[in-house]
Amino acid sequence: MISFLSRRLLLMIPTLWVIGTLTFFMMRLAPGGPFMSEKDIPAATKTQLLHQYGLDKPLAQQYGMFLWNAAHFDFGPSYKYPQQQVREIILEGFKVSAELGGWALLLSLLLGVPIGVIAAVNQNRAPDHAAMALALAGVSIPNFVLGPVLVLVFSLTLYWLPPALWRGPETRILPVLALAVSYVAYIARLTRAGMLEVLRQDYIRTARAKGLSERVVVLKHALKLGILPVVSYLGPAAARIIMGSIVIEQIFAIPGLGRYLVIGATNKDYTLVLGVVLFYASFLMALNLLVDIAYTWLDPRVELR
Amino acid sequence: MSIGIAPPATVLPATHANPPRSLWSDAWKRLRRNRMAVASGAFLVLISLFALTAPWLPFLQDPTLQDLARGATPPSPAHWFGTDELGRDTFARVAHGGRISMLVGLVGTFVSLVIGVTWGAVAGYVGGKVDEFMMRVVDVLYSLPYIFLVILLLVFFSKSLLMLFVALGLVQWLTMARIVRGQVLSLRTQTFVEAARALGAGTPAILFRHIVPNTLGPVIVFTTLTVPAVILQEAFLSFLGLGVQPPAASWGTLVSDGAKVLALFPWLVIFPGFAMSLTLLAFNFLGDGLRDALDPQGRRDGN
Repeated sequence: MISFLSRRLLLMIPTLWVIGTLTFFMMRLAPGGPFMSEKDIPAATKTQLLHQYGLDKPLAQQYGMFLWNAAHFDFGPSYKYPQQQVREIILEGFKVSAELGGWALLLSLLLGVPIGVIAAVNQNRAPDHAAMALALAGVSIPNFVLGPVLVLVFSLTLYWLPPALWRGPETRILPVLALAVSYVAYIARLTRAGMLEVLRQDYIRTARAKGLSERVVVLKHALKLGILPVVSYLGPAAARIIMGSIVIEQIFAIPGLGRYLVIGATNKDYTLVLGVVLFYASFLMALNLLVDIAYTWLDPRVELR
Repeated sequence: MSIGIAPPATVLPATHANPPRSLWSDAWKRLRRNRMAVASGAFLVLISLFALTAPWLPFLQDPTLQDLARGATPPSPAHWFGTDELGRDTFARVAHGGRISMLVGLVGTFVSLVIGVTWGAVAGYVGGKVDEFMMRVVDVLYSLPYIFLVILLLVFFSKSLLMLFVALGLVQWLTMARIVRGQVLSLRTQTFVEAARALGAGTPAILFRHIVPNTLGPVIVFTTLTVPAVILQEAFLSFLGLGVQPPAASWGTLVSDGAKVLALFPWLVIFPGFAMSLTLLAFNFLGDGLRDALDPQGRRDGN
């Protein structure tokens, strides 16, 4: 376990280094610098600006400085909003995004797993067909279509919920729902498949033969293994929820990290984009590690190597 | 004294007079019974033909034709899906947008197919150190949040359609490589491969003439499911303003543009969104149906 952990943590460093290096050189190779788009800047001001950002130093030195600072979670000031440090923007945005994503993930699990279990227990009967048809529809509707449609129905027609912003609890409902639906659907499908696989196994027959109630067999014995596909999906799910939240934050004007990524991308605000990408990359890798650990805890047959 | 295994006294009688059926005819039979999958397939053929031939369809208006005097009008007999703020016909825009979305989906999938199948087949067939190295590369790429690299690529470099194809293909090939490798691993020790080798076939010939065709089932299924994934990715990137650039439009850019004026002109979101969702749903239904049809063992849930 210890050796597994340390190996995985050690592997994260070169991976992050690769991403960092790639992005650094991409940034340098990219046509146009951060100050090219401004109107005519006097030459002196430009030299001053370049000096301030350390862009007048030799490339190797810049690269070294970038790596050293990035390792300290310091990406310098934003190119477009020089009064703000990228680090502050990230921390501020992440608080909002984490809440949005966290609620969405929680909702997907709380709805998706029971739906999948019910479908599996009623295999090939009406509840199963209904649940799976709905799930397929849920998987197919993109969140950036669902978001506007929800706003149209619940805000602009029924006037029940606010259409945007991130203030009180009632502003959370629509964005979380728009983000969660496809994961509810996907998790329901995964749970159903996993449960069907497990329910056929011998140990389940043994449990039934012992005279345990169906409820105990399904919820206590089968669910623990049947949910494994869902657990291994949590890593990718987190990645997708992050991607999804980029879109959802855009639709609902939520000041999250995804919003800053989009703003940075359209403004060619290189330091901001870089910081957000590196931050998300390390966050996801840490999350994947946690998922692997949870996996062994649930399935003793798996050994961490 | 020799211990031999006696041949069975009687050869099992043929249980039915039907000629043996191939995997494909069997699969086709199973697929035909799945009404949703067949309907989805038919729908996809129709909508693809419609979208791909959009520029030459006489009843479609020019999607770039502006008529500012007309402005945004709700759906009417003259404009089934209404018009946008510039007076452009939304029906034509959705058709042409579908053309771009479909093209991106198909080309992106094709790129991922070529890379994934080649990578997986070589790794699985050559085996040993090469396999280990190639699969480690896949593992590392898997752990990268690849879409972010795509975003960076599109931010820093050109946002051309070609770049988009490449970027989307690059995201999707990893799973394909894993699937193909698994198949190849189990195929390469089989006798027909040995026979081919005995006949003097070279490695590339064995790999691509004899082994790869036998991996077709899972590859077809996964390809069917990759197309909607690529369409969705493209729409995602377009939504961020990184995908298809104006004046060209995909379903993603249409929804994105429409979402900005949702309160005023809701039809600008509803129609492209509906077209896109329906297409993705059909792809998913067809993919599920194909999986059930082509992989009867994989479908252990009764029936």
